[in-house]
Amino acid sequence: MITMENVCKSYRIAKRNAGFHEAVKALFHREYEEIHALRDVSFTIPDGEMVGYIGPNGAGKSSTIKILSGILTPDSGSCLIDGRVPWKNRIEHVRRIGVVFGQRSQLWWDVPVIDSYELLKDIYTIPDQIYRSNLDELTELLDLGELLRTPARQLSLGQRMRCEIAGSLLHSPKILFLDEPTIGLDAVSKLAVRDFIKKQNENHGTTVILTTHDMQDIEALTKRIILIGKGQILLDGTLEDIRRGGENIDQEVAQLYRSYEI
Amino acid sequence: MHVEVNMKKYISFFRLRFSMGLQYRTAAAAGIVTQFFWGAMEILVYKAFYEVDAAAFPMRFEAVVTYIWLQQAFLAVFGAWIMEGEIFDAIRNGNIAYELCRPISIYQMWFSRSVANRTSKALLRCVPILAVAALLPAPYGLRLPASWAHGGLFLLTLLLGLLVIVAFTMLVYITTFYTISPEGVRIFCVSAVEFFAGAVIPLPFFPEKIRYILELLPFASMQNVPLRIYSGSMSGEEMLRAVCLQVFWLIVMVAAGRGLCRRAERRVTVQGG
Repeated sequence: MITMENVCKSYRIAKRNAGFHEAVKALFHREYEEIHALRDVSFTIPDGEMVGYIGPNGAGKSSTIKILSGILTPDSGSCLIDGRVPWKNRIEHVRRIGVVFGQRSQLWWDVPVIDSYELLKDIYTIPDQIYRSNLDELTELLDLGELLRTPARQLSLGQRMRCEIAGSLLHSPKILFLDEPTIGLDAVSKLAVRDFIKKQNENHGTTVILTTHDMQDIEALTKRIILIGKGQILLDGTLEDIRRGGENIDQEVAQLYRSYEI
Repeated sequence: MHVEVNMKKYISFFRLRFSMGLQYRTAAAAGIVTQFFWGAMEILVYKAFYEVDAAAFPMRFEAVVTYIWLQQAFLAVFGAWIMEGEIFDAIRNGNIAYELCRPISIYQMWFSRSVANRTSKALLRCVPILAVAALLPAPYGLRLPASWAHGGLFLLTLLLGLLVIVAFTMLVYITTFYTISPEGVRIFCVSAVEFFAGAVIPLPFFPEKIRYILELLPFASMQNVPLRIYSGSMSGEEMLRAVCLQVFWLIVMVAAGRGLCRRAERRVTVQGG
């Protein structure tokens, strides 16, 4: 069970105009702008649900995921995940969650993928038997096979993403946060990843929160959609709620964004 | 202070970084050649000075030669510039996000990682350098330690020195959380360490008063202690004081590092989307 109540988070960003003169001026007087990444965000997600978290770039999706995974501390508001405050009980909390950041890598660059997994096994103190069975299952479902013996730097993006996702599930997390897991993937890899996420949710009852810009991900995976724009939750409903009778889902979402002026 | 009971994860971290370090064979070979020539060159410079007036110097020529060979052999243990680029990058570009969502202490993880990096590099490089240096004729070769006790104490202080320098580099990593760009702090710290630790010239060569202060600083607890103990240029009392200072600085810097790290974790901004 995940609950977020009235969560606010802002960043201070140093800004200046272009040019040398401005750069020198900024040495003495720096202008800061307060960016409100999240304003009063609240939602509840029950166990085993798959939720699509959408919104334009800079809407606050990643900030939300970072707060949920205990990396960021919000300015105000509360958040409870299975009875724990993520940023206060970071270590106990992260033991039970899996996170995939589509734009980052958790694999050690220069060593075979399996070495990174062995490290994760010790980091999460996964018992041998569970590690074996999880690895076998993930290897089969994500078609990892020979990839495990390859150094991460020599994998293609699609191959690497499959390995990243497997890496985040080795410790059988109850909750999975996926931050743009299909970014940059070709059609085949995308389908494989979607299919896998779906199975993971069905077979293990894993709660999944997925952020993406790819509306087909959402169509394929989630019934519930939370739309965030300019740091605020604008809509919390189903795929049907965002249908505006456009030609395809991308146009509908674009219309939706425009109607909210985000 | 939260003490992690389960050491296995950190040992495992050490193992992975260690085995990764071992695979860079060409870098090691190049390093060995460079360090060998660098050592030879330094010894020739000292030889020129000693030929003028050997009595004017605080260490015997053989002791200086031994100091230099050990320094070159264990360069990877003590070089202040050896820091993990990946750690700076992780802080700068936000990859630290992944490390923060592990059930693990960031400080201990980076600490074991840095120790592993240095030991794997040093192990690959030290054997050939020590072997060749030991075969060189006197007074240009590496001598044996003054006694078994000196040898044992050398190994102990080498290990302590390694931990002290890693604790120091941890402070540099953690500063990056606050300053974003690591370059300024890094360059300043590297130069300070190189000079004050006795990497450029051994500390006994400094004027008496300055030396007295330098020997109390944490920098002297890095390479100065083990190298001088091995080459027999410290008295029994000095050695005892040096070991105590090493332990003292290790505790102080680890405590400071852990405190700053925890504070940084709480107020961290993970860069990038």
